[in-house]
Amino acid sequence: MDVGIAGYGAYVPRHRIKVEEIAKVWGADAPAYKKGLMLREKSVPTPDQDTITLSVEAARHAVRRAGVEPRRIGAIYIGSESHPYAVKPSGTVVAEALGMTPEVHCADFEFACKAGSEGMFVALSLARAEEMDYALAIGADTSQGAPGDALEYSASAGAAAFIMGRDRLVAVCEATYSFMTDTPDFWRREHQFYPRHAGRFTGEPAYFRHTAACARGLMEKSGTRPDDFRWAVFHQPNGKFPMRVAQELGFPRAKVEEGWLCPTLGNTYSGASPLGLTAVLDVAAPGDRILMVSYGSGSGSDGFIWRVTPRIEEVRDLAPRTRAQLEDHPVYIDYGTYAKFRGKIRKPCE
Amino acid sequence: MREVAVIGVGMNRWGELWEKSHRAIWTEAALEAVEDAGVDRVDAVYVGCMSGGLFVGQEHLGAMLAGELAMGPIPGVRVESACASGGLAFRQAYIAVASGAHDVVLASGVEKMTDVDGAAATYALSTAADQEYEGYHGVTFPGLYAMMARVHMHRYGTTRRQLADVAVKNHAHGTMNPLAQYRDPVTPEQVMESVLVADPLRVLDCSPITDGAAAVVLAPVELARRLARAPVVRVAASAHATDTIALADREDLAWLGSTARAAEQAYAQAGVGPSQLSFAEVHDCFTIAEVMVVEALGLADRGKGGEAASSGYTRLGGRVPVNASGGLKSKGHPVGATGVAQVREAVVQLRGQAGERQVRGARWGLTQNMGGTGASSVVHIFQGEGRR
Amino acid sequence: MIGTARYWREIPQRYRYEAARCTACAHVAFPPRTLCAKCRGRAFEPCTLAGEGVVETFTVIRVAPAGYADEAPYAVGLIRLTDGVRLMAQVVDCDLARLAIGDRVRVEFRRIRQDGESGILCYGYKFVPAT
Ligand SMILES: [Zn+2]
Repeated sequence: MDVGIAGYGAYVPRHRIKVEEIAKVWGADAPAYKKGLMLREKSVPTPDQDTITLSVEAARHAVRRAGVEPRRIGAIYIGSESHPYAVKPSGTVVAEALGMTPEVHCADFEFACKAGSEGMFVALSLARAEEMDYALAIGADTSQGAPGDALEYSASAGAAAFIMGRDRLVAVCEATYSFMTDTPDFWRREHQFYPRHAGRFTGEPAYFRHTAACARGLMEKSGTRPDDFRWAVFHQPNGKFPMRVAQELGFPRAKVEEGWLCPTLGNTYSGASPLGLTAVLDVAAPGDRILMVSYGSGSGSDGFIWRVTPRIEEVRDLAPRTRAQLEDHPVYIDYGTYAKFRGKIRKPCE
Repeated sequence: MREVAVIGVGMNRWGELWEKSHRAIWTEAALEAVEDAGVDRVDAVYVGCMSGGLFVGQEHLGAMLAGELAMGPIPGVRVESACASGGLAFRQAYIAVASGAHDVVLASGVEKMTDVDGAAATYALSTAADQEYEGYHGVTFPGLYAMMARVHMHRYGTTRRQLADVAVKNHAHGTMNPLAQYRDPVTPEQVMESVLVADPLRVLDCSPITDGAAAVVLAPVELARRLARAPVVRVAASAHATDTIALADREDLAWLGSTARAAEQAYAQAGVGPSQLSFAEVHDCFTIAEVMVVEALGLADRGKGGEAASSGYTRLGGRVPVNASGGLKSKGHPVGATGVAQVREAVVQLRGQAGERQVRGARWGLTQNMGGTGASSVVHIFQGEGRR
Repeated sequence: MIGTARYWREIPQRYRYEAARCTACAHVAFPPRTLCAKCRGRAFEPCTLAGEGVVETFTVIRVAPAGYADEAPYAVGLIRLTDGVRLMAQVVDCDLARLAIGDRVRVEFRRIRQDGESGILCYGYKFVPAT
């Protein structure tokens, strides 16, 4: 029995800030940052956008492509490290907005940048177990980087949503694999506004080890090699990491570029590899195989193999394509506006 | 129904009255009206107040203010209809006297607006709009009138300069009113270069935040004639109409249906039409409001309200002076007091006591007081009988 | 402060744009009401508002009420939806200097306000340029 994606949707905010604009405030070397991070600009949420609002828009796009009645969706899982409430689910708001309530299972997930793919894994599993006809998984974030920190150049906003099911599939899930250890490379303690990270420790022992091991484990489990894939999507905390891991694994640049959104989107955290997948689905042909590996600090990776079905041709234009949202009508803002939008300006309490 | 007259008026100097409390401001105006009427008691007190709760945290104003008069356990009634609270309080007092329920009644209005900061005052005023479907979206009162202004400008070609001319005219009138909050003239350039509040409206298109009170005493015309302390001013018409509270539900965004309806009824009651009016005191909470009100009152054709101030038609010395008092714009707009102050101005004019700003030969005067974006309108017409 | 119950009871309208169509005269009430404003009918069937429309009029709020000051300046307009219903909402993600009567807009789900630093977050509809 096939299980997979019945509908997918993306949402990217319109506002952008360029690396130069941030660098000039902190006296940083913009060309060096751009080259080092392989990143030119990032998306910025407005003050009225948060993980909940991005999730609603992405999920509405997914519902349109799936063409299913929202009440038939039995679960909603939103993965994010920026849930607007510390206590109270994001999923209830999104489910209510979509008209999924009240017979719905709901949980908010958090696992740094891999919370979105966790939701996808659980939603797929429920569909496979025939617990329900469809389950909705969303990866969304409006992440914060501390002022002047390297993360400020990349931490961005976006959401991707997937309706998993057994029919109406646009992509069949052929295999999954997870790889996880306790590796504290990035964290945010309760009540802290900005996350912290372990500098260069976030590279080799964290991102590269987990992402590569997950991809290798997934291919071993499924008996596949890089040649078997038309596309590959990796978590993209910056532009450089996914390209390097792809090279190590033997995926040529051409297979990675379509889902490599980071250079102009930034790091959407829980939304990152899921958004990359939506961009690939926007262009993939029936029969194409896609390898997707997420990464979340702490640390772990979820891997998926997707095989695109002919239905993709019927649905991809039922909602805005991911790259169109990324490229059409961006609004560039200065650092002052960015600081205002992101609540980085200190004001008296109301 | 008995014929009713206004036999006494009172009003203090309006402005930012930092040292005076809500009740002190009211009591000053109320006592002046009672003394002007020459009566030693009133049978009931009507108080127009929009939001004692949000501005000073005080409700139950009927009892509190009746108590301030120290006239014993007389009825005290608080009337609320947003910015039309004062006009409606006057109308309720009128009905009480006309019906014979009471003989001598004090109609008053008060608002103490400066005890809260600007954002809180903006919020308090915004509660006159539909809170769930207008206020929720962050709209303010200047914003609502700005939306109406934009339609009027788009459809009828009303200009930015014409809006400014309303402010210029009313400020010019206000220089002659010793009780006005802002007694300074303004130029069209000053208005058009003032700070934007809600495009296209600027701060000099808006009436100010004001502390103030006004009061009048009503009695049957027979009693007024017997007392004969001042020229008798008769209430020739009293009308009140409503419209949808939410702007989104209006048929026509550039037309004040409630004012037109109340005016139509008032003209019929008084047996006069707009061409017979000597003057009008209207609700110019924003410049665009006066433009739309003069149309609804029939003082200008539909869509032509913008020309009325610019052409001089509604200026003192013009055909029908509008807001000789300075209007809300210059005199100030303590919301609950405004409608009563309009009545006071009408009485002062019809008695021939308006000094520098006296409308010559004034016989018929109209007052129009409006709540929200015109969800309620109260129109009164007064006739001066002259000295006997 | 909006408060929880008062916010919660409007969720069908604010999240899902649920309206009521009079079964007698087909007039659409948004929000739903007890009596039809056009014919005083009491029987309605549920319907959902169109997600697109045009700006019929608008303003740019520069001086905002308490709770909205952080987002000023922002545009608020009356939107005539393609189904004929008119409603008030903010128009966002647009160039405030170029916004004009007649602009086509579509709905998006946004945060509308928050009850202070620790109160509930309030969501609902805003409109964005339809391009
Ligand atoms: Zn009907």
